[in-house]
Amino acid sequence: MPESKFQASVETSIQNGRLHLRVNGHLDAERVAKLWPKTSDALKTKHLTSVSVDASKIIYCDGAGTALLIMIRRTGRRLDIPVEFVGMPDDVSAMLDLYPPENIGRVPVAKPKRLEDLVGLIGQTFCGVLVGFKEHVAFLGELFVALFRSFLHPKSIRAKDFFVVVEASGPQALPIVGILGFLIGLIIAFQGATLMRQFGAEIYIADSSGLLMTRELGPLITAILVAGRTGSAFAAEIGTMKVNEEIDALTTMGLDPVRFLVIPRIIAASLMTPLLTVFANLAGIAGGAVVMLSMDYPLVTYVNRLMEALGPADYLSGLVKALVFGILIASSGCLCGLKTGEGASAVGHSATRAVVSSILLIVLSDGIFAVLFFYLGI
Amino acid sequence: MEPIITVENMTAQYGEHVVLDRLNFEINPGEIFVILGGSGCGKSTLLKHMIGLYKPASGDIRIGDVSMVNAEGAERDALIRRFGVMYQSGALFGSMTLLENICLPLEEFTSLEKEARELTACMKLSLVGLSEFAHHMPSEISGGMKKRAAIARAMALDPEILFLDEPSAGLDPVTADELDDLIIQLSRSLNITFVIVTHELPSIYKVADRVIMLDARTQKIVAEGDPEKLKENHEDQWVRNFFNRQGAGA
Repeated sequence: MPESKFQASVETSIQNGRLHLRVNGHLDAERVAKLWPKTSDALKTKHLTSVSVDASKIIYCDGAGTALLIMIRRTGRRLDIPVEFVGMPDDVSAMLDLYPPENIGRVPVAKPKRLEDLVGLIGQTFCGVLVGFKEHVAFLGELFVALFRSFLHPKSIRAKDFFVVVEASGPQALPIVGILGFLIGLIIAFQGATLMRQFGAEIYIADSSGLLMTRELGPLITAILVAGRTGSAFAAEIGTMKVNEEIDALTTMGLDPVRFLVIPRIIAASLMTPLLTVFANLAGIAGGAVVMLSMDYPLVTYVNRLMEALGPADYLSGLVKALVFGILIASSGCLCGLKTGEGASAVGHSATRAVVSSILLIVLSDGIFAVLFFYLGI
Repeated sequence: MEPIITVENMTAQYGEHVVLDRLNFEINPGEIFVILGGSGCGKSTLLKHMIGLYKPASGDIRIGDVSMVNAEGAERDALIRRFGVMYQSGALFGSMTLLENICLPLEEFTSLEKEARELTACMKLSLVGLSEFAHHMPSEISGGMKKRAAIARAMALDPEILFLDEPSAGLDPVTADELDDLIIQLSRSLNITFVIVTHELPSIYKVADRVIMLDARTQKIVAEGDPEKLKENHEDQWVRNFFNRQGAGA
């Protein structure tokens, strides 16, 4: 390894269109970095007829130094002018011989990006979304068949795996669901209070908070949290198994990956999402109670008002939505996991895709539910 | 000749379990040195200690005259730049093309401009015969190509020593043989010292200048020298059997 006290230099001169380069000293990466621009600029001189490189004073030459000499040689070939190396030491010459011009020249140039590529990319993305939607529908169909079979043969579901998933997607999510539900309930009630106070109608905060939480925000917030926590975890876990060929191992052992991996997750998520929604609803209502108490309304008044405002249909509609959201999140996470490509980055992409598609599906289905409940008078 | 690597009384252990017990050996510059032994004898553990990923429980490992065990800060950085490592799986970064994989150390550790970095990376790729795959992603090439690309990346900063962990593992015999040829060619043309961990006997006979053989029973070096001579003349029947690919009952 050369020491830093060693120096290197390039001297340039032009005579009758012939560029003379005298390369001296220790050509290692540190010094070549300084010599490269000067050499490159000299080679850009117009109307060059030939290049002569005096290499007799090169003492040491590593990969970067060889790259410098190759750059000179390659520029000569590009300009179609002769390049002559004079007095090159044998070891440097041997290094240069390792890289025949035809080998270096074979490196294909990366295709530059053009406008057509952008249009193509937009088209591909749109087709990708449609194909993804089709795949999800087909996967849901496959899933329901597998679920039906599992209900006929409950012992085919691996209880141990199922309870591990239940614990991870349910009880462990309680603190974050509780905190978020409470804060959202508190904020809704507070925002409502500032408006209703003008009309002396603060008591109706109970109606708005209760209805919003049970019918809409409770299931929605819970679903978004479950998508971020559980959906991404499903995608990453199954994706890693795919990368490690564990899914292939299951298949070749005659075990259906859908029954083995997907069904326990679907059942766990579809059971846990409604339960977490109940918890989020209660936390949100508690948040509303705090606002009412701060406005000197007794708790019993708030509770009585809630009992009057909310009917069983309000609770149940929210729980039905949560159940569907749970199925969508789990299926999306598992599908993205099963479709994982190769490498560590593919697992990351799968997790991201799982969360994005889950949230998209949650909002879409929420819209469908809103229309459906309206026509059903719920 | 001054050794380029010296391992002195090195003991490696996981918790209370001793894996390697007071090893002593030296590696000479330009040598192709092979560490071999049965499964679980500590070959990869030894390699990981030599490249500084693990610290030995006792003893020393020196590269040149600098201790790998005690070097810290800038001294350790300079030491690490003296060697390159090829991992068993190749460990190429999946989100980068082969060219970008090789450019990465040049970008981080040198001030070479982009054109110089790319040309240097292309040269390394041409050395391992992968010029045409410069813009391919690692997922688009075969296992043998990944290993060759990993060697090219390990050589990016012109190291004096290359550590290869199981280079032939998982490759078909023809590809493994081509990889062995590449190792010999690089060793002879660039005078790089190779330290190879393997138990592939055909590779060992083809490339090794000298081997050490580790024994899981004693956690020590059980044999050292030319593999052909060890195969014929070693006093320990177990060692001869290993080199002749014969089981204990043979």
